[in-house]
Amino acid sequence: MNKIWLIIKREFITRVKKRTFLIVTLMVPLFFAAMIVVPILIATNTKEEKRIAVIDDSHLFNNRFPDDKGVYYKYLVNTNIDTFQHKYADYGYAGLLYIPELDIDRPAGITYYSNAQPGLSVESKLTRRVNDLIEEERLKKANIDAAQLKAVKSDITIDFQTGEEGRKGSAAVAYGVGYASGFIIYIILMFFGMSVMRGVMEEKVSRIAEVMISSVKPFQLMMGKIIGIAAVGLLQFLIWVALIICVQLILPLFISTDAVSAMNEGNTMMQSGSSAAMIEAMEKIQFIMGSINWTAVISCFVFYFLGGYLFYSALFAAVGSLVNEDPTDAQALTFPITLPIIIGIMVMVSSVQNPSGNVAFWGSIIPFTSPMVMMARIPYGVPGTVSYWELALSMSLLIIGFLFTTWMAGKIYRTGILMYGKKITWKEALKWVTRKS
Amino acid sequence: MNLIEIRHLRKDYATHKAVDDISFVIPKGSIFGLLGPNGAGKTTLLRMITGIFYPDSGDILFNGRPFDPHTDIHSIGYMPEERGLYKKMKVGEQALYLAQLKGMSERDAKARIKYWFDKFEINSWYNKKVEELSKGMQQKVQFISTVMHNPDLLILDEPFSGLDPINANLIKQEIFDLSKNGTTIIFSTHRMEQVEEICDRIVLVNQGKKLLDGEVKQIKQDFKQHLYRVGFGVMPNFAQVATYHFSIVNTEPLAYTVKLSEGSTTNDILAHFINHNIPITSFHEILPSINEVFIQQVTSITGHAPQSATANEPAVASSNS
Repeated sequence: MNKIWLIIKREFITRVKKRTFLIVTLMVPLFFAAMIVVPILIATNTKEEKRIAVIDDSHLFNNRFPDDKGVYYKYLVNTNIDTFQHKYADYGYAGLLYIPELDIDRPAGITYYSNAQPGLSVESKLTRRVNDLIEEERLKKANIDAAQLKAVKSDITIDFQTGEEGRKGSAAVAYGVGYASGFIIYIILMFFGMSVMRGVMEEKVSRIAEVMISSVKPFQLMMGKIIGIAAVGLLQFLIWVALIICVQLILPLFISTDAVSAMNEGNTMMQSGSSAAMIEAMEKIQFIMGSINWTAVISCFVFYFLGGYLFYSALFAAVGSLVNEDPTDAQALTFPITLPIIIGIMVMVSSVQNPSGNVAFWGSIIPFTSPMVMMARIPYGVPGTVSYWELALSMSLLIIGFLFTTWMAGKIYRTGILMYGKKITWKEALKWVTRKS
Repeated sequence: MNLIEIRHLRKDYATHKAVDDISFVIPKGSIFGLLGPNGAGKTTLLRMITGIFYPDSGDILFNGRPFDPHTDIHSIGYMPEERGLYKKMKVGEQALYLAQLKGMSERDAKARIKYWFDKFEINSWYNKKVEELSKGMQQKVQFISTVMHNPDLLILDEPFSGLDPINANLIKQEIFDLSKNGTTIIFSTHRMEQVEEICDRIVLVNQGKKLLDGEVKQIKQDFKQHLYRVGFGVMPNFAQVATYHFSIVNTEPLAYTVKLSEGSTTNDILAHFINHNIPITSFHEILPSINEVFIQQVTSITGHAPQSATANEPAVASSNS
């Protein structure tokens, strides 16, 4: 036991000390953060002020354009459109909205002039403003009270609740979380599995294997490596979870103080506007956080991460022990192992859309694909979508599965690791498994 | 007292018998040569002695008790023919790691590392990565990590391959020193001249079978051809060598190599030349080299000379676990 501990320690420390560990550990969350933050920043970036000139020859809209976030409308009177059309930019306007004399029943000829593309949001805002005002005029003309109409209109949202606890659910959120966790498991299986394989290959090719085997059992050497690398993965995962928690704790503080100070000082509209958007985004995130049973998701994630990793990494170790100097051997030998993983990710993608279907059920039971597929289903709810017995069956099969693959890999490994200069096929290797010792 | 006793050891691979009913003993404190052509079964035999493989049948006694890989492995230092180190690891950390895996405490291991690094004057390498060292330097580190835990039994499989003459000599000296301090050494090789120089006893194996074993001196006596080299002050003429006591095997300037006839004695040879008044300057017996014994034994069994460059024997066998 002491020896396997020494091996685990070495495998762990040599990997954690590497510069690539630090880079990967920091880059991955930065990448994910960027994926979330950048669109929000772009959406709420209203620092840029836009002033739009309005020339209204119909005199219907007299100063009735309320300012939007960062968009100001300047109503110009006694200005000739033909001359001003070429000069608005010199006066500092981003664009010019021209409303000709209108027949309210058949409005036509409303034009927006600008040098640059106005952008989707400006386009839709302008269109909405103009249409609202025209509708209002038409209501007036038809003698309909606008307030009455408003009272008739319905604008409710359906409250989707899932599970017995009446947790507020959102299929989109479950989809996102399910897809992300399934995909992360896939990456982990591939990345850390390959890492185990390369480690074993390195030991075999550098001929340290036989020196080691004269001190420790082959099985200890293999398990030490597998557990050591698992510890690296877990550490990485813990760092990421800690980072996420830190960000969650710190981010609201920044935003709310910003918002408060902006309001206290009676600052310009645009600043509080951007804070409002941020708060809105935060509320959305909090809603997302609330709609998922995080305890179930995270604890299952850790289980399926470890179970799937142990299931596949033993097989990757066996492949590593079969490879000789020629790295192209490795590609041919890994194929039977990467294939079920790739099938798994494909089943995962279809299961996340239909988490209660047959494909999803079997995919999440069979240990070859269950780590990925089950993680895609769990965010939809336990025991709502995934019943307890399914979860128990899937977990026990995965445990039996990795005990089996480890036993099998151990048999292949201890022969393969000492075999030099000979090309070994899977067929031959599987014979070693059935041979009694 | 024998450190190792091997009795009727067998190990079959899928295609052939790697070790076929081999028995021999290794006395405590001896330097023991395990000889044989490539593919003879030497590595398989060593892997069984080091507990990497279980024998199919037969017994290994270690210090008089049945060999138990779990505990006895700590008393063995094994430098396999296929050897290496973790390339990205620092030399000192590597030595420490390998020593700890042999059951040493960190403190003892560090003290031993200091002792050996001082002795080989390689203290400056401590923080170097193995890949920065030359092949010969790596071999030195490998040797140190093999002997660091003061093993009772040191097994060296082709220890001089890849070493320049200076480093080979250094390692040879260490082998003698360790032997003097009571370490039993198994020395596996197919380089016969080293065997004669280093080993007390040998066992010769071929195709999984033992051909002979015993003390080097005794084996040389057993296989002697009764050849003597006689040196002269003046070369005798043709008529002066006609005798039934010996026949001339080889002629050199001022010397003959002669083969003693059956029933005659060495004194008959000397008397013959003295009677002819030929001045004798030297007289000594020529014993066969181990190399000659080896080639003679191997070819007499197989009918042809051993192949010199076969691939490593396939190790299709199960190890302990």
